[in-house]
Amino acid sequence: MSFFDESNVAKAKEILARYPRPKSAILPLAHLAQDQNGWLSPEAMEQIADLTGTTPADVLGTCSFYTMLKRRPCGKFVVSVCTNVTCLVTGGPEVLDHLEARYASEPDVTVEEVECLAACDGAPALQVNYEFHERVSPSSAVEIVEGYRSGTRRARTVSGATVA
Amino acid sequence: MTETRIVTKRLRDRPDDSWTIDGALASGAYEQLRAVLAKGDTADVQEQVKLSGLRGRGGAGFPTAQKWSFLPPDSFPRYLVVNADEGEPSTFKDRMLLERDPHQLVEGIAISSYSVKCNVAYVYVRGEFALGYERLARAIDDARAKGFLGRDILGSGFDCDIVVHRGAGAYICGEETALLESLEGSQGMPRIRPPFPAIEGLYAKPTVVNNVETLSTVPHIVRMGGEEYAKLGVNRSTGTRIFSVSGHVNQPGNYEVELGMTFRDLLYGLAGGVRENRKIKFFIPGGASSQWLTGSDEHLDAPLDMDFVQQTFGVMLGSGAIMVYDETVDPVLIAWRLAKFFAHESCGKCTPCREGTGWIEKVLYRMSHGLGRPADLDLLVDVGGNISPGVVNAPFVQTTICPLGPSAVSCIASLNKFFRDEVLERLRNDAGAHA
Ligand SMILES: Cc1cc2nc3c(=O)[nH]c(=O)nc-3n(C[C@H](O)[C@H](O)[C@H](O)COP(=O)(O)O)c2cc1C
Ligand code: SF4
Repeated sequence: MSFFDESNVAKAKEILARYPRPKSAILPLAHLAQDQNGWLSPEAMEQIADLTGTTPADVLGTCSFYTMLKRRPCGKFVVSVCTNVTCLVTGGPEVLDHLEARYASEPDVTVEEVECLAACDGAPALQVNYEFHERVSPSSAVEIVEGYRSGTRRARTVSGATVA
Repeated sequence: MTETRIVTKRLRDRPDDSWTIDGALASGAYEQLRAVLAKGDTADVQEQVKLSGLRGRGGAGFPTAQKWSFLPPDSFPRYLVVNADEGEPSTFKDRMLLERDPHQLVEGIAISSYSVKCNVAYVYVRGEFALGYERLARAIDDARAKGFLGRDILGSGFDCDIVVHRGAGAYICGEETALLESLEGSQGMPRIRPPFPAIEGLYAKPTVVNNVETLSTVPHIVRMGGEEYAKLGVNRSTGTRIFSVSGHVNQPGNYEVELGMTFRDLLYGLAGGVRENRKIKFFIPGGASSQWLTGSDEHLDAPLDMDFVQQTFGVMLGSGAIMVYDETVDPVLIAWRLAKFFAHESCGKCTPCREGTGWIEKVLYRMSHGLGRPADLDLLVDVGGNISPGVVNAPFVQTTICPLGPSAVSCIASLNKFFRDEVLERLRNDAGAHA
């Protein structure tokens, strides 16, 4: 049984072909697995080990180092709020507290505190599923997350400008 | 006061389509690659880069041509690895270059690869940069379709391809040897040098690691000629750099300026000065790893010159990030948040960094939350000295594998230098309050 679905099996092959050593494909395959299932399960790691000629322990060893790889199921919407120094003085921690309280018992939304997102000209900043939203407030942040949940997503931002 | 837009010209001139192949081609993209391949002289590119005086824009400011010259002449394959892991707090220029001018980077990579005789380049893009990854991958596909990448580029016989690799959330992977470990599928822990990457880098092959902005500058050096480029700037800080200005300025943003401009002109002339006409209490001139400067005339009137600020004030221009704080800001709180960052991001390979950064964070936490003790500042200086002798009191000696450990001590050195009396008084008051 393959963990990856059919189209991802083809993608995995294409990823492996990029590198002279298959072990290099661990991170890209972990991203692929997470895109497919929302998190990095033990089954996914076993399959990645198979594909890269490593052991599940090697894959776990590598993946456990990286904060984006979720080794537990998490919400469909991952909300990453920056509280590093520029966001700290522009209201990031208040946004984080508000979102954490608001979504404490809503399993489809995972709120996490993250380090600098490289969006300091639009501080305070957050990402929803790695799409940037800048100059947020506690209330606008909730509106943004609700936009994702209802499928009427708010515009994301490109560095220094906003796009749909 | 004006910007000197070279690397940011296309993305400023064509905000709607600078990142597309059509927008890029309509504004001169790949013309320099074409010219270089037509000329067929790999040594000439290196010569121009040498004459330009270009120094790395990733943080360390190492001369780019010199780095390339360390590759052993007869050892193949060799790799160019592009550092797009931008994670230094308050730096946001490479993200802009990836999202809004990926073709400029692709052209820079192709020209540089040709010059150093490499046929495969890897770009390590910070995991959180989903849009930057998407646009760069798209740019590479479009460039390949037009014959600017792939086999026998523009009939020159030169083959070059680019692989984009996504990181997964670890600041330390911006350190070049940790980046190589990560690219090889391991935990991103820095390597002990020697061997240096130029001799044994990716897959133990000769490797050059360069920053996004560094390589994005290369096509312009070819276009202008190295000597012309070197006329911009000041002393050994030639050309322009993009400064990411954030914090309490009225217009935070990325500004590309000729080196040699003063901090005052950048912060007041371009970034609009401080909100509500307040004063600058202090600013951090080169990313979180740098020591700090204050709002004094001596500091504000200093030039953006990498060597001058290092030699005169012991600070660095580093990654080109400038964070500005007005009088309302508590420097101890900023120091604590920086310490928390470094404690979180320490890879744990060296004991002094692994243990020391956590300890510093705890002490700064209590100091910034009204629970400090009178001896805490000296305790910090002592712990900092154990991570990295000399950050607080020269001479500096690096005893850790990478510079992250010493970077974590920068905020302590700065607190002690500029705010010692203020901090000590407050610690005495805090101790009195809960005695
Ligand atoms: C902890 C740490 C983090 C770093 N992060 C980055 C980074 O995100 N981007 C970058 O280009 N360089 C970063 N560097 C510097 C790189 O090690 C390296 O010097 C640089 O990529 C070389 O490219 P350049 O010569 O073109 O500047 C970092 C260094 C350290 C010690
Ligand atoms: S100094 Fe810190 S981050 Fe750098 S290698 Fe040592 S433990 Fe890792």
